[in-house]
Amino acid sequence: MGVRYLGAEVQRMEDPRLLAGHGRYVDDITMEGMLHAAFLRAPMAHAKIRSIDSSRATELLGVHRVITHADLGAKYSHRMNQLYPAPVIEQDKTQYPLAKDEVCYVGETVAVVVADSRAIAEDALALIEVDYEALPAVVNIRTALDDDAPLAHADLSSNLMGKMRSSFGDIEDSFEKADHVFSAAFMQHRGGCHSMETRGVIARDDPWGDGLTLWTSAQSPYLIRRALATWLDESEERVRVIAPDVGGGFGPKAGFYPEEIAISLAARIMKCPVKWIEDRREHFVSTTTQRDQHWDLEVACTAEGKILGLRGKVTHENGAYVPYGILLPNSSLTPLPGAYSIPAIDVSVDIVFTNTVPNSPVRGAGRPCGIYAVERMVQVVSRELGIDPAEVRRRNYVRSDQMPYETGAKLRGGAPCIYDSGDYEALLEKALDLSDYNSFKERQAAARAEGRYLGIGVSSCIEDTGMGPYEGTTVRVESSGKVAVRTGAASQGQGHHTMIAMIVAGNLGVKPEDILFESADTAKFSHGIGTIGSRVAANVGPSAHDAASQVREKALKLAAEVLEASEADLDIEDGLVRVNGAPDLSISLGELAVKLTPMSAMRVPTGFDPVLEATSFDGSSGAPIACGSNVAEVEVDPGTGEVKVLRYSVAHDCGVMINPMVVHGQIVGGVVHGIGNALFERMIYDDQGQPLTMNYGEYLLPLASEMPRVDVTHMETPSPLNSLGVKGAGEGGTIPAAAAIVAAIENALEEFSVEIDYYPVDPQYLTELIDKGKVQAAE
Amino acid sequence: MADTRDIEVTVNGESHAANVETRTSLGDFLRHGLGLTGTHMGCEHGVCGACTVMVDGEAVRSCLMLAVQTNGHEVTTVEGLAEDDGTLSPLQEAFWKHHGLQCGFCTPGMLTSLTAFLRDNPDPSERDVREAISGNICRCTGYQGIVDAALDVAKTMQKGS
Amino acid sequence: MKPAPFIYHDPATPEEAVALLSQHEDAKVLAGGQSLMPMLNMRFVLPDHVIDLNGVAGISGVVDSGSTLEIGAMTRQRDLVRDPAVNAKIPIMPEALEHVGHFQTRNRGTIGGSLCHLDPSAELPCLMAAYDAVLSAHGPDGVRDIPFTEWPLAYMIPTLGPDELLTKITVPYWSANHGYGFVEFARRHGDFALIAVAALLETDGDTILQASISIGGAGVRPVRLAEAEAALVGGNIGADAFKAAAEVARGIDAMSDAYVSSAYRQRLAATLVERALIKAGERAKGSA
Repeated sequence: MGVRYLGAEVQRMEDPRLLAGHGRYVDDITMEGMLHAAFLRAPMAHAKIRSIDSSRATELLGVHRVITHADLGAKYSHRMNQLYPAPVIEQDKTQYPLAKDEVCYVGETVAVVVADSRAIAEDALALIEVDYEALPAVVNIRTALDDDAPLAHADLSSNLMGKMRSSFGDIEDSFEKADHVFSAAFMQHRGGCHSMETRGVIARDDPWGDGLTLWTSAQSPYLIRRALATWLDESEERVRVIAPDVGGGFGPKAGFYPEEIAISLAARIMKCPVKWIEDRREHFVSTTTQRDQHWDLEVACTAEGKILGLRGKVTHENGAYVPYGILLPNSSLTPLPGAYSIPAIDVSVDIVFTNTVPNSPVRGAGRPCGIYAVERMVQVVSRELGIDPAEVRRRNYVRSDQMPYETGAKLRGGAPCIYDSGDYEALLEKALDLSDYNSFKERQAAARAEGRYLGIGVSSCIEDTGMGPYEGTTVRVESSGKVAVRTGAASQGQGHHTMIAMIVAGNLGVKPEDILFESADTAKFSHGIGTIGSRVAANVGPSAHDAASQVREKALKLAAEVLEASEADLDIEDGLVRVNGAPDLSISLGELAVKLTPMSAMRVPTGFDPVLEATSFDGSSGAPIACGSNVAEVEVDPGTGEVKVLRYSVAHDCGVMINPMVVHGQIVGGVVHGIGNALFERMIYDDQGQPLTMNYGEYLLPLASEMPRVDVTHMETPSPLNSLGVKGAGEGGTIPAAAAIVAAIENALEEFSVEIDYYPVDPQYLTELIDKGKVQAAE
Repeated sequence: MADTRDIEVTVNGESHAANVETRTSLGDFLRHGLGLTGTHMGCEHGVCGACTVMVDGEAVRSCLMLAVQTNGHEVTTVEGLAEDDGTLSPLQEAFWKHHGLQCGFCTPGMLTSLTAFLRDNPDPSERDVREAISGNICRCTGYQGIVDAALDVAKTMQKGS
Repeated sequence: MKPAPFIYHDPATPEEAVALLSQHEDAKVLAGGQSLMPMLNMRFVLPDHVIDLNGVAGISGVVDSGSTLEIGAMTRQRDLVRDPAVNAKIPIMPEALEHVGHFQTRNRGTIGGSLCHLDPSAELPCLMAAYDAVLSAHGPDGVRDIPFTEWPLAYMIPTLGPDELLTKITVPYWSANHGYGFVEFARRHGDFALIAVAALLETDGDTILQASISIGGAGVRPVRLAEAEAALVGGNIGADAFKAAAEVARGIDAMSDAYVSSAYRQRLAATLVERALIKAGERAKGSA
């Protein structure tokens, strides 16, 4: 074997270019004759469109065309396709690329202006006259299923999109034999995408040449290719989708958007490239977000705090359309029972329509909600029984000797959810050590003596990562000796290039910088799935490893013939195949590649396939389950309700780490996203469906000034499900964060008996709880 | 007719004469007028900081200045931070070493902001650095690698001085 | 998010600027641009004319008159933080400016711009209220002085004619042995305050001779707690006196909006008035 890079903190190959300002994001690409687009969007949450008059807009100097639904013709008059059909979808609703006769959320696309510049296109928007007839809007999920609730679409029978249920074990029995039953109800709110790069699309249509090409800021270019080709009723081969540098994704860029169709059609109609770059106000109203879930749960437990069962009901907000099927409610249920061995669970979900932007996964998808729910109930048990939160967890964890452990829940594809490996209790102990948990009570008492309120919160999580089916890789040695590596997986900053280069280079005996990496271009690799659900390391990792191994084997076999040596005596170092013990005998990978790609009339050596290349789709045989335990230490100011996160400690296990530096970055970034969910990010709508938090002064993203230093330690329990032993790491920071923060706040405010039933926990809400607690204490 | 002006502006040491529409922001002018696409527009309302550049050495939001306002002034963008031969600046190197970037979109604004900040505050505390970049939003890194990079450069600069 | 078209003007003198204002009906004045530019980009304002003050001579800088600081309206927030006279005579101003946006926005933002924009939560109007600053407006008929109490007319609208230009702010400073405290509560560093409080106390060592308490963020204009100020004067620096002032603050009129309630603003006002006074009291003791 050549130099192994696995586990090395290799500095990222992506960085020098990005640091020098030479990234290539969609808006950095420019083309001869390119026009610019802007969208007219619905100004109200629910309305009929009576008529659209774009004549004045069309007359504006510099405007080339205003396109509405009516202008698209019969061939393009249908709704968007459902990408994730599922039997539980009782009422399916997908958008028209441009609204036909009804708009169902503020921000829905109504018309697109194509002009010489974006500024002129925006000038024209103001001149389009749309006659709307306002309809009542449904916004609140708690009342959306009431008999008198307004309907999110005029032709729905109710606002129920569908129902789901996760049920296993004997739930009746669990509750009958329990010493205690406790209940809790709470609302969870998660915010939007807010990647620093907004969405953006350039479309170029050349019917006699390359066909339709789309440059789009996306996580799943192949999904877009298929969806677009299907919608257009054209061959996938004639649609090419490229995701260039993408400035963050976080889930909402994994879908297929009306703008991607509308801009493609605009390019087709105008016969020239058309660019649309989402602006930040559009991002607030048109990029899918996560929003509300209400949970109402009961937990059954023994007097010692052993949890026997969990049951209850969830209401899940879907938004106005169903672009993602039931991904979100599904991934909220899968993680139940969390890191714990809970014999029986019965939780059902009502999925409801509202007149808000369609909902989609955001970092962690439904997992942060499911884990939050379990952790809240563990917290309730701890509080009600007076058992230390860490101790309650120890009494309930799935033990390492129970692995592999089948929970009873189902993964998205219907397969049983099986925890493959891990030692949850040992991981907790590492987190407790890192956070000085055992001395916290002294810190708390000392602070209290100064009038300060400190609290500590613990949470644990599991994460189903690396879902299949595959993410393939092709490895090919060039005549230069450089190694071209291609994969379908798109990157939005996760460092895939570095990670894959390390795997391939280590295997093949070349330097990581000899790897030429290309990804996320449907013309360069046959198929890919998408960068979602912490799945790339556990899918591309093994396929890159396998493809590189195949190339290595082929190179060694050929070199053995050329050098007249035994394969067993050969090794590859720095791109050179050498014979052990005979330093003068060697041949480079480049020379071997040339032998397999000879000139005309020459022969490929007998017994060899042409080209020093291999493709593999090797992945994981199931979903590797990563896990983490977090400890948050906070200070609450009862005078203002402000919560400061003083310390945040993470013990995380994502199996074998390919590049610990990159894993660390994923965890820390994920935690901060989770703290944002817990304390800051709230997308507010009024009761008519008007979004009220429409800029970064109103919608609060976490800033460096409020974020703590995050301390991270790792365990590396290999996954038995793939050749590298890796598990996903992208969302494990986010998933447990809100539960740890909320528990810490309650701990800080114990003397006021504060029980939090909503996050993000804003200071006003907290002062109200404190004041209520003071009154109750006085009574 | 569009309102336009002729301007002369020095960007990264190179002087440019251009005719700009007066409503064009400095950021859009740099990106689309001069092709310097390293400056990124993240929010266009002055909060995210991705578009930060230096005008006459001071870090400013290029979405909150009109291109016409830089007539006769000097602008430095992220493309101007490395040396002419492409050698990264110590801050850029430190970002690389400390994994101070993931998607890279906020990075140019972080670099220009911190370049100006560290010049004026060569011995900052972690708190100082965190407050200095509180006007630059990063959605990927959780800020830690960025803070570590800035502190590392400051430490190195202190040793060197 | 690109501004609607406008005609750009860059006058060189206040007179030219005022002439342009008189000439053009739908004009907006561009100072530091840190509030106007976002509003232009979002097309919340669509002026036909933009009059840029950045080239106007003679309306920036700080002059110490002996009892007041005269601050040019175009003085940038950054320059106020760095100005020796400001630091010596109005040390609360750098403390307040720490909360104004971020260093990149302070590099452009001006004191006059902030006072004319008059965001109810902004720090500088709150501070000018505490000092009873006087604002000088340059109009076609010359200059008139406007006491700060008369400056805010309505929500984000100052008492300024369409053809008038704010050119100077005169701040009467307090004696060297005054204490000050500027505290605010914002969700994040650099955000607009939910409530901001500026407190000034002048003492002879024990007895409070003069007090000023200004609350920003509660309503459309900063509120001076005259009743509490009067109660403090003649008394001593002490926890009870400050608590009493805080209770007065709890009773102020406060607005509700989509984000926070009036009750929460009142609660914050009480907390922050007490904290600002404690800070001011400690500094007054230290300097006396």
